[in-house]
Amino acid sequence: MAGLHKSQFENPLLAWIDSRLPIPSMMYKEYAAFPTPRNFNYFWNFGALAVVTLVIMIVTGIFLAMEYQPNVDLAFDSVQHIMRDVNYGWLIRYVHQNGASMFFIVTYIHILRGMYYGSFKAPRELLWILGVIILLLMMATAFMGYVLPWGQMSYWGATVITNLFSAFPVIGHGIVTWLWGGYSVDNPTLNRFFALHYLLPFILIAVVGLHVFALHITGSNNPLGIDVKSPQDTVPFHPYYTSKDSVGVCAFLIFWALFVFFAPNLLGDPNNFIAANPLQTPNDIVPEWYFLPFYAMLRSVPDKLGGVCIMFSSILVLFFLPWLDTSPVRSARFRPIFRQVIWLWVVSVIVLGFVGAHPPLGFWVPIGRLCTLYYFFHFLVLLPLLGVLERPLPLPESISRAVLGGGGGPLPSGAAAKPMEKA
Amino acid sequence: MRPMRIVLAALAAVILLAGQALAQEESAPLPNERWSFDGLFGSFDLAAAQRGFWVYYNVCSNCHSMKELHYRDLAGIGLDEAQIKAIAASVQVPKGVNDQGEPIQGPATPADQFRSPFANEQAARAAMNGALPPDLSLIVNAREGHADYVYGILTGFTDPPKGFNVPAGRYYNKVFPGNLIAMPPPLHDGLVQFADGTPSTVPQMAHDVVTYLEWTANPEMTQRKQIGVRVVLFLLLMTGLTYALKRKVWSDVH
Repeated sequence: MAGLHKSQFENPLLAWIDSRLPIPSMMYKEYAAFPTPRNFNYFWNFGALAVVTLVIMIVTGIFLAMEYQPNVDLAFDSVQHIMRDVNYGWLIRYVHQNGASMFFIVTYIHILRGMYYGSFKAPRELLWILGVIILLLMMATAFMGYVLPWGQMSYWGATVITNLFSAFPVIGHGIVTWLWGGYSVDNPTLNRFFALHYLLPFILIAVVGLHVFALHITGSNNPLGIDVKSPQDTVPFHPYYTSKDSVGVCAFLIFWALFVFFAPNLLGDPNNFIAANPLQTPNDIVPEWYFLPFYAMLRSVPDKLGGVCIMFSSILVLFFLPWLDTSPVRSARFRPIFRQVIWLWVVSVIVLGFVGAHPPLGFWVPIGRLCTLYYFFHFLVLLPLLGVLERPLPLPESISRAVLGGGGGPLPSGAAAKPMEKA
Repeated sequence: MRPMRIVLAALAAVILLAGQALAQEESAPLPNERWSFDGLFGSFDLAAAQRGFWVYYNVCSNCHSMKELHYRDLAGIGLDEAQIKAIAASVQVPKGVNDQGEPIQGPATPADQFRSPFANEQAARAAMNGALPPDLSLIVNAREGHADYVYGILTGFTDPPKGFNVPAGRYYNKVFPGNLIAMPPPLHDGLVQFADGTPSTVPQMAHDVVTYLEWTANPEMTQRKQIGVRVVLFLLLMTGLTYALKRKVWSDVH
């Protein structure tokens, strides 16, 4: 039945709007009253940090696009025009340039938090899958954004990565020509990368919206990995987590600012201060740090098609994580073996990052292969087996019991017996 | 914490190996100069940058372009309007075409780009024995080792080791990768006269011109660091305040 929404707001203007378009009611329900497990640690900040980063990236990006020229003859100099002639152009650009690294740092920690505390397990499988899609979109956006300044590493990075598609039999070379819009990375490539680099963040926002929507259906996981059982287990999102997220956002902005103001090019490559030159290949073509582990896996396989497949599989395997991990226990806290081997996996990824930064020569080759093997061994062998072999520690009765200890106050009668309805 | 120990041990091993691998790749160790722009609060020694501009103007600019700069930018190293006008006017730059459609030259104005010594890459290579002098606008940022590397190149011309064959048109430089550089030694003692009476030794000129080149690559640096200090202090305060707020909000739950 159609009809006005019954608004609970007292402010007449707000109530008038709310009764016709109940967004204020929805915001109140989802971001103020929203019952959230009371035991989050600071690792639960990183989702909010990622949203903040996305917004800052889009705002700075829009202003950069006003002065940037997506043309092979103008792009490099237009970036210098932004750095030198646009009022505070250097600030906007350095925030955006370092923001890409910040986005990956925050997102990688967010993903690791999900893996460590089992946030991907039922009923949050779709939430996790949407997250992996966000990661893929981020990677595509970052890759195309890195091409835009049209430095040497922009050009050669674009050449190497787009050329990967030529590994596919029969259709490979056709795909590459289609991606380039010609027979080499050139003006049409730069034009379309700019168009897509502007488009994808908005698609990213839409998928982040779905990610948050799904989160608000299942509710958040928590460091104990057990379900919310009573109102005692939760606190309203506002003011408890708005205040806690604010602390994290401020601390994160300090970290970001240190790069922007004091070491803006630390994470970049000196070669990208040289304008793109199709006739001169840099000594070693390396991607930005956040792609190095995947680049290392690509180069660990002696066969080009095999390398490409391994690289794409390293992300694709994440889609299946909810079903590869067979343990019914979510949090690593109660999984004595998993909580050790997850760190071995982290080490293998970090080592792969170092391997990716070096030419595939000497001892880097076996180290890269070993770590690539371990990366997949973790997902495809260890996780399915651990669910059977590992004996988890006893889980606490409830979040409030675990947090408040024995003297945590009596549960309201019946609350422990009947599962609390979730918002 | 056993897992953390595994992580740290593995990382230490990789960093050690990486360090060894890097050490093998280098040619000669870079000089470790003290720069006015080093550190969190470092800024440009403007007197050095102005002397460096003088070296660039008299020496480097004969072969190297500096396309990202305009004469007006020189206000950033403390030159005043009259000085900038005089410097610009001393240089002939392309001034479009005349009414007959023929390209014309004329004295530069502060709004003009720095003059490029060659019309295009081909002209540069033809005049330079096939080598292309790189544009210097961003050279400090564009090389591994940055200011120390450029200083190392400028002061790195030495006699080749015994048995090292230096072909015609190439010069031995201990810092340059491969040690054979197409640029002849650009500096020698007393090459330019500094208005402030500073003796123009090779290390002095190299130091000054690198200070100038650091400025051309990062002209915003001084302002950037000044704003940065204030931004970080503000954010530290905000972190403290939000943390106090969070403690207060959570006091009834913990």
